[in-house]
Amino acid sequence: MKEPVSRRSVLRKISAALAGLATLPVAKTAQAAVQKILVSASLPRGYDPKKHKWVMAIDANRCIGCGLCAEACKRENHVPEGPFFRTWIERYIIAKPKEGSGEARGETFVDSPNGGMHGFPEPPVPKEDIQHSFFVPKLCNLCERSPCTQVCPVGATFDAPDGAVLIDPKYCIGCGFCIQACPYGCRFLSPVTKTAEKCTLCYHRITRGLRPACVEVCPTQARIFGDLMNPLPEDPIQRFYQDNRVQTLKPHLGTGPRVFYAGIDKEVR
Amino acid sequence: MTNELTNIVVEILPRFEGYVYPNEASAHPLWGFLIVLYPYITGLVAGAFIMASLVRVFKVKALEPVYRLSLLTALAFLLCATLPLLFHLGHPERCFEIMITPHFTSPMAMFGFVYAWYLMAVLLLELWFDYRQDFVKWSQTTAGFKGIIYRAFTLGVTDESDAAVRLDMKMGWILSIVGIPSAFLLHGYVGFIFGSIKANPWWGNVLMPIIFILSAVASGIALCVFNYMVLTWIRRHTVDMRCLDTMGMFLFYALVVDASVEALDWIHRIYSAEEGFNVIYYMAREKLFYTLSIGQAAIGTLLPLLLLGSLQLFRKHVPELVRRRMYFASASMMLLGVLAMRWNVVIGGQLFSKSLRGVMGYKLEFAGVEGWLMGMVLLGLPFVILTVFVKLFLSERLPSSGHEPHVNLPAAEKA
Repeated sequence: MKEPVSRRSVLRKISAALAGLATLPVAKTAQAAVQKILVSASLPRGYDPKKHKWVMAIDANRCIGCGLCAEACKRENHVPEGPFFRTWIERYIIAKPKEGSGEARGETFVDSPNGGMHGFPEPPVPKEDIQHSFFVPKLCNLCERSPCTQVCPVGATFDAPDGAVLIDPKYCIGCGFCIQACPYGCRFLSPVTKTAEKCTLCYHRITRGLRPACVEVCPTQARIFGDLMNPLPEDPIQRFYQDNRVQTLKPHLGTGPRVFYAGIDKEVR
Repeated sequence: MTNELTNIVVEILPRFEGYVYPNEASAHPLWGFLIVLYPYITGLVAGAFIMASLVRVFKVKALEPVYRLSLLTALAFLLCATLPLLFHLGHPERCFEIMITPHFTSPMAMFGFVYAWYLMAVLLLELWFDYRQDFVKWSQTTAGFKGIIYRAFTLGVTDESDAAVRLDMKMGWILSIVGIPSAFLLHGYVGFIFGSIKANPWWGNVLMPIIFILSAVASGIALCVFNYMVLTWIRRHTVDMRCLDTMGMFLFYALVVDASVEALDWIHRIYSAEEGFNVIYYMAREKLFYTLSIGQAAIGTLLPLLLLGSLQLFRKHVPELVRRRMYFASASMMLLGVLAMRWNVVIGGQLFSKSLRGVMGYKLEFAGVEGWLMGMVLLGLPFVILTVFVKLFLSERLPSSGHEPHVNLPAAEKA
């Protein structure tokens, strides 16, 4: 402590620290620019993410629970075996109320054995006791304010300008925070890559002018896919919005899902 | 036939009740025992530091004997705080990305900075200023390897003049003052990691950071009581009863505040009974019975409240030996109780489906990264480090509770 600390030297150090802090945003912008080049390099030539806004809608009235979509997704995206799904189908069975119970509805049974990939077993209630039953395909809800991207500590998951929520597998540290933050259970930690995975809307397909695998195989067109920036003549997605009263999943959480559902029930969460 | 078989296999394999999302249907929760230990260890750090601050900032002279012990405890545990996190990552080799390319909206991303700040700018500096004079003395009197270590730790600053020592004291005091909000930040942030998850009604709760901080303070003081009593027992010294009684008093106050706020949390949950209350209530009653009702509520809260509370009222009528045992029992039970609380938060939050329609089971395994053997190793490691610290840096004779510091600060005359 022989050298007295002068005011000037302290001020100099503080201003150096402030200057260091001020360069942070610049460095981040530069890094983002580099990342953008790297990311767009893997995209097909001529694809501009800013010129598209992809979206999917689900008409649950049409779903027959065949499970082809879930299976196609597993194969197309090499989703690991076991309880790992980028998309799946849930079956809802709402029983009739017991006589004299004074209730409007009976118990609700939900299942999705193996993601519904191989269809469904016999219902757990006799057919004559069922009030309603329907299938609900589930996938990433493409949230406007996605909690999964909000919590990622390294920014490995991000909202692409074209509406897809993607993960950079080379960057993900596998902490699992995004999986905890997704209210819809749409993410999982891949036992193969040890990183988080989710529905990408088959990004490798849609950027090449193809439709996602699940949409492609759906025999009843329960899954409707489209580009809000480039509507087709008689666009199915526009028709879906016109023809249906729609709702989203867990709207109270404020995540702003962009996947709209028609024909679902209050029991669907 | 294949379909039926698949369905049967899927239904038999994991232990679920009701419906859980297919991605939730894995045999283990995503965050296992290691993530239980992470807030536990971080909380002990924050609590032990608050304990030390009572001496420095609030001038509680009676706690002078445990001042250095609490700081060393905080350091030993802080050095291990990130290990459970690191081991549970899918890609531990990418861990520094959190600090190099942080995503500022993520509560987890800020941990690197808060941790680094707390370790480098608060704890290590405070310890250095506190120890510098001793390092200089010890480096002159101790030979061999130990002497070299002490000399290295002086960092070449060997000035022992009154002015220099006074500056040490002053810096230590300032760092303590900065350290209190930092300790709150360190652990409040850990609470926020869970409290910010709105997808999970068990976690997403504005009280979560506060509960984490309060239970951290309680567990940290309990750890200091535990360590102090074990240390005096190992060294065959007598316990400074004035110091222990004071620690017991603070332990009681910390527990009262912590228990009140946790009770408020429960009352609010039960009264508002929001969506998902049924499944949470079922999970808490059935799946968390031993850790919640027995571990956290009975052993971790009610019994210590009774023991410590009765000591506050009838201390004079209780013989010293009984008092010592009661303090030790209370501290040990509180340490267990807070561990159970961390378990209930971390594991409990993953024992019910976010579809709010079903619950999962969890059995802690012996081996494996998330097994309890690994957990015990990680929990034992700070004690090993602390033993080395005590050997190196804690003199045989702890200062007495009437102890005066080396140089009296002008404004530090309050008893």
